[in-house]
Amino acid sequence: MTDTPLPHSSRDAHDIAHLQLVPRKHVGRKVFAAIVLFLVALLIRAFVVGQIEWPVVGQFLFAPVIIQGIWNTLLMTVAAMSLGIALGVLIAIMRISGNPVLEYIALVYVWIFRGAPALLQLLLWFNLALIFPTMGIPGLFEFNTVEVMTPFIAAMLGLGIQQGAYTSEVVRSGLLSVDAGQYEAARTIGMTGMQTLRRIVLPQAMRVMVPPVGNEVISMVKLTSLASVIQYSEILHNAQVIYYANTRVLELLMVASFWYLAIVTVLSLIQSRIERYYARGTRGRTTI
Amino acid sequence: MTSEILVKAVDVCKRFGTFKALHEVGLEVRKGEVSCIIGPSGSGKSTLLRCINLLERIDSGAIWANGELIGYRRDGNKLYELSDVEIARQRRSIGMVFQRFNLFPHKTALENVIEGPVQVLGESAKAAREHAMELLKRVGLADKAGNYPAELSGGQQQRVAIARAMGMRPSLILFDEPTSALDPELVAEVLDVMNDLAASGMTMIVVTHEMGFARNVSNTVAFMDGGRLIEHGPSARVLTQPDNPRTADFLKAVQR
Ligand SMILES: Nc1ncnc2c1ncn2[C@@H]1O[C@H](COP(=O)(O)OP(=O)(O)OP(=O)(O)O)[C@@H](O)[C@H]1O
Ligand SMILES: [Mg+2]
Repeated sequence: MTDTPLPHSSRDAHDIAHLQLVPRKHVGRKVFAAIVLFLVALLIRAFVVGQIEWPVVGQFLFAPVIIQGIWNTLLMTVAAMSLGIALGVLIAIMRISGNPVLEYIALVYVWIFRGAPALLQLLLWFNLALIFPTMGIPGLFEFNTVEVMTPFIAAMLGLGIQQGAYTSEVVRSGLLSVDAGQYEAARTIGMTGMQTLRRIVLPQAMRVMVPPVGNEVISMVKLTSLASVIQYSEILHNAQVIYYANTRVLELLMVASFWYLAIVTVLSLIQSRIERYYARGTRGRTTI
Repeated sequence: MTSEILVKAVDVCKRFGTFKALHEVGLEVRKGEVSCIIGPSGSGKSTLLRCINLLERIDSGAIWANGELIGYRRDGNKLYELSDVEIARQRRSIGMVFQRFNLFPHKTALENVIEGPVQVLGESAKAAREHAMELLKRVGLADKAGNYPAELSGGQQQRVAIARAMGMRPSLILFDEPTSALDPELVAEVLDVMNDLAASGMTMIVVTHEMGFARNVSNTVAFMDGGRLIEHGPSARVLTQPDNPRTADFLKAVQR
């Protein structure tokens, strides 16, 4: 209860209605913010006065080897993610194709490549020559596995194929999110199955698919660091090459962290623009 | 009326699992005719409509539209199912308007109308756009061409859906309860567009509960019950002196 009950005269009510409104003070909020800011300041100070020589970080931030690593990281992200999305769409379409053999193969694919750790898959691809010294179609063409399975190819296959298993689930839920009436409307204007998928269903599924695929691209940027283990010259690998020589371990790890963060930040900005594009035509807003 | 027969169904049967939704249904609709299908819920009206444009596959019987056997090719004494592409080609000339509109939500009203003409009929974007604007004007929505479906009222969406069907220059349009999902005050604007379409000579098969439309606009009325087409005749006769007692009971129930 307030100390201001409904007055008996409307004149009193009128007076009260014209008193000045004073917003709440939020004292608790301010105290809490101050504590958090203080802790953050302590953390920053720790890094500044810690055993890191920041000038060294600055010196290597734009070193040619590091820049080369950035390009290779981006290249691998694009290559593995493209393979992952292509496989993901293919597997998702197989899952809803109505062909029992294709559906079963798709299920097994997802089971295996989502089940095994990414690092392990990379190592398997990289060492594939131990199982299959040569590959090809007998009588048609053949090559030595060692020569083909470069760090780049092994990393792309390892990361892309396991990504395909995850992305197929995203694509599938995207396809299922589109109302059956949309397929029917497309068919009644004479579209074939492929036209319906390409023109009507996939663009609508995109709205559902873009946020998770965006997150997967961002995870992929970081996942490419696994390729350092099989000698692919991405950011982390190149930072390690430098610190094995000059022993500035922390400084170079800071350099690598900086670049991963920078890439992820840019990608997040791009992601939110794409999301806005695919949200066109929807009236619902997402605030609680 | 003596014009040519545009749609003919003979002994059409359709099962869903063990449930028989259509029992040997026969139907004839002539060019330029407006035919209403009425009947209680679950009697198979939508199913029959969906069989005509191959959204459902029939189990036996045959359906012709535009002089062509629908969905099958005869070879000797067998009927072979057509391919996806051939079926898509047959559907081009059969428009359909749904109860729930089913507009493409990621396309504007104009884009909804030109999608089929451009992608399916291969019309130039310019020609399709001009025709689409003409159609949108005809359904009273020229000023909403750039709006997305979510920005339109139910009645407006249904009118865009009718324009989308007409964009394909069909010889026949099927309507499945086009006004049942609409608020009562929006029904008239859609029926007006349908009247106009009927007056222009379009052949229409309309599943509806709008008895006023059946009486005033349609030429013939078909009554379905329990998966059977019970009777089909001139609307004035079927609605006032039906042959079948079940039709009479149904009419009494809806006109109460
Ligand atoms: N895809 C389906 N699977 C199983 N049963 C179905 C399917 N579609 C329709 N049916 C059944 O077939 C019967 C006829 O359905 P239909 O939709 O044609 O009826 P209707 O006359 O259009 O009814 P309403 O006026 O309610 O729309 C119903 O009993 C329905 O449950
Ligand atoms: Mg129905």
